[in-house]
Amino acid sequence: MTVTTITDAELQPKDYASDQEVRWCPGCGDYAILKAVHKAMAEVGARRERTVVVSGIGCAARFPYYMSTYGFHTIHGRAPAIATGIKLANPELDVWVMTGDGDGLSIGGNHMLHVLRRNVDLQIVLFNNEIYGLTKGQYSPTSRRGTKSPSTPGGSVDYPVSACAFALGAGARFVARSVDTLQGHLVGVLQRAHAHRGASFVEVFQNCVVFNDGAFDNFTAKDGAADTQLHVEHGKPLIFGARRDRGLRLKPGKLEIEVVTLSEGGVTPADLLVHDQTNRGLAHLLVALEPPGFPVALGVIYCNPAPSFEALVHAQAGAAGTGRQPPDLAELLMTKEGTWTVR
Amino acid sequence: MATTATSPARESRDSVVIRFAGDSGDGMQVTGGRFTIETALAGNDLTTFPDYPAEIRAPAGTTYGVSAFQIHFGAVDVMTPGDQVDVLVAMNPAALKVDLKDLRVGGTVVVDLGAFTERNLAKAGFTTNPLDDGSLAPYQVLKLDVTKLTLDAVKPSGLQSREAHRCRNMWALGLMLWMYGRDREATVGWLKQKFAGRPELVQANVAALNAGHAYGETAEMSEYGVGYTVRRAPVAPGVYRTVSGTEAIAWGLLAGLRAAGLERMIFAGYPITPASVLLHTLAGLARYGVITFQAEDEISAIGAAVGAAYAGALGVTSTSGPGMALKTEMLGLAIATELPLVVVDSQRAGPSTGMPTKAEQSDLLQAVHGRNADAPLVVLAAATATDCFDVAIEAVRLATKYMTPVILLSDAFLAHAAEPWRMPDLDRLPRFPVRFRTEPAGFHPFLRDAETLARPWARPGTPGLEHRIGGLEKDYDTGHISYDPENHARMTRARAEKIAGIANDIPPQSVALGADHGAVAVVGWGSTYGAIHQAVRRARQDGVDASHIHLRYLSPFPRNLGELLKRFDRVLVPELNTGQLVQLLRATYLVPAEGLNKVQGKPFKVSEIAEAIR
Repeated sequence: MTVTTITDAELQPKDYASDQEVRWCPGCGDYAILKAVHKAMAEVGARRERTVVVSGIGCAARFPYYMSTYGFHTIHGRAPAIATGIKLANPELDVWVMTGDGDGLSIGGNHMLHVLRRNVDLQIVLFNNEIYGLTKGQYSPTSRRGTKSPSTPGGSVDYPVSACAFALGAGARFVARSVDTLQGHLVGVLQRAHAHRGASFVEVFQNCVVFNDGAFDNFTAKDGAADTQLHVEHGKPLIFGARRDRGLRLKPGKLEIEVVTLSEGGVTPADLLVHDQTNRGLAHLLVALEPPGFPVALGVIYCNPAPSFEALVHAQAGAAGTGRQPPDLAELLMTKEGTWTVR
Repeated sequence: MATTATSPARESRDSVVIRFAGDSGDGMQVTGGRFTIETALAGNDLTTFPDYPAEIRAPAGTTYGVSAFQIHFGAVDVMTPGDQVDVLVAMNPAALKVDLKDLRVGGTVVVDLGAFTERNLAKAGFTTNPLDDGSLAPYQVLKLDVTKLTLDAVKPSGLQSREAHRCRNMWALGLMLWMYGRDREATVGWLKQKFAGRPELVQANVAALNAGHAYGETAEMSEYGVGYTVRRAPVAPGVYRTVSGTEAIAWGLLAGLRAAGLERMIFAGYPITPASVLLHTLAGLARYGVITFQAEDEISAIGAAVGAAYAGALGVTSTSGPGMALKTEMLGLAIATELPLVVVDSQRAGPSTGMPTKAEQSDLLQAVHGRNADAPLVVLAAATATDCFDVAIEAVRLATKYMTPVILLSDAFLAHAAEPWRMPDLDRLPRFPVRFRTEPAGFHPFLRDAETLARPWARPGTPGLEHRIGGLEKDYDTGHISYDPENHARMTRARAEKIAGIANDIPPQSVALGADHGAVAVVGWGSTYGAIHQAVRRARQDGVDASHIHLRYLSPFPRNLGELLKRFDRVLVPELNTGQLVQLLRATYLVPAEGLNKVQGKPFKVSEIAEAIR
């Protein structure tokens, strides 16, 4: 292993790469995500010795090997549990969890639920390619109905889970979305996730070129992107379209969103919804939007910080020891009601 | 009626077994616990056996709702809860129904007449009243209206009838404390503390306790017999307290944490009977450096412990049989990544949910072999409640020195059993400070120590040691991922040799009683220690050339074990399972060991083992 002596201030994106050859399929969206993480880390000046990247199993889970930070490639679905232990042991560490739709929402769904509701201070990046890649192409819990795969030759019949709706339902306080090919956007979202204290959940739509190529073309293809993507920004109207003339508003009298076109039927900018990243109800509505009737909402959809789990645990543990010298074990063993001396 | 406080002459006894039995809501565990404290304070040796149903509140009065607490105490070395009961306190008909079979012929049964109503008799399944139908003829029966005597005694406190009724256990305790000449002061103090803020409850419970005691002192008792004295046991000088296996493990882990010089223990658990008590015990001890984490499931609990170990803390998790099954995959990860970890398994009767509150020793093979692939680790077993302290320290030592998971086997019996403990001199406990790797030059994560074969423990946060580990096979020389066939064989061998080498760092197997050769070696492990020891002692008194060998180290075995066993004509292995250690011994040493097996969710009786030795 090579030992480098670069000081943190000088770190460039490439300095976050390990010396290991990256072994994803040529053209895999994971390359772009890796690049974006390297960039985001350089942007935030992450210290490599304090950064830990934890993963489970799957294509995305190879991630730690390609980082020059500390890394732990664990077992299927359990990265949130291990990351929780790491943060409890040392809250100073900057911990990232890299997961996928199978790892994070199928085998590890329970841990994902609890790590989000507990609000452990982690950046959780879920690579959603709507397929099991490493095991050669079975449908996943995010696959759309009718997905034909080796295990569902007649098309899948079960309904998919929405990663962001799940995260919001679990009580996540930071929920964001991006796309592997939107490099600049993704770097920005990852920086926001890093800045958020508590569990930050980022879903990245990631193209699997081998088993599910083009799964997201309906909103990621360059030519139609402006009309199929809604880039949300806190405090700004929810507006999209190549001519920036379409927007979202609440359907009068209903808790439902509709797409409207400005200057049609008397719609003015004042009628449009303004994004409020602290509004959980709005976040639920936004993550449910799907083509073809709606654009896909991208960016920081929900951000409403609260004290993180490990901070609260340590505060409580610290309070229990406040004002005391490190106690003597002998004191613990002595009991008020039951010692006796034999001479 | 005599009102004098002079007791009739007391008879002397070497040892006595009392069982308090009643409905789950009758407070029998508390009663037994208080009798234990007073008995310990009186200087007797003792062992206890709490036996309670899994149901929190089974329907009142039914046989499956019976909760019992047995204590064996004496002026002699007491090592088991006792084969037969000398005195049975039965607070209702159901308790009599369930527990009478263990009372020795001629023993005493104390019943609460007030609870022997037609309704309660029917609920317990009696068609005739055992108090009248002659079925208790072989015993000495004390029929006392404990209910009425209690209600009379607590009347001045003005309690509602329900609360007044619940003081019956203190009345019964008072009577038993009188019968064996025990003090009440500690219990009075305890009641004051327990019901602080409810003076009427303190008053009522103390009144009931005193009334039971006074009842014994009056002439009303004389028609039934006398009080007894049980002399102090001859024990080594020192400061003593009672301790349960669970408490001893908790404190042993804390002592181990200090001995290793680590700042922090992360103890992660998921509620499961009978292991939860360890989580509860440690939860209140944050100021000793432990952070407890109630995880969402067994997998997460061990996952958090593994994560904590990776980050440089002492990672500990605790569970019972079914939970061990769930932790299996993560144990494999800890073995592959060679991280220190302590897993406490309080074994219970199985398979599956089995009998959650009943003891068994049936997780041994799971502990030693129960993982996918070749996945060796260290397995230790505690023999007694006090032994739990030392074994927990040893678990921390081996885990941190050899960078390996260690499974500490306890069981449902040890977890709750209490015995007197001479408190150790904490300054003289072993020290085994952990040395974290800090030197970047020449570092790779699987660089092995030449002597221990352990890899370095490199904590995140250490500059220059950034590294990646995981469940994939690693290259022996660089620590990078490797699929090379020869390398995998080499790494598999290295993992096995590291664990096998621990045999050189543990004491050779000693003989607990008897010679190191002879006619029969009785080989045990875990909580059967007391029963085996007494059985071997009895056999030796009868002239049988028997020895007791008790294993603390089950993986790896002590280096001299095979040779030691071969010096005996016969090897008998009593276990609370269908034959697990016996299988390991036969497979490892090709000795014709024979099993003695019991799977009733109950400890061995001394007589059962003594019978098999003959």
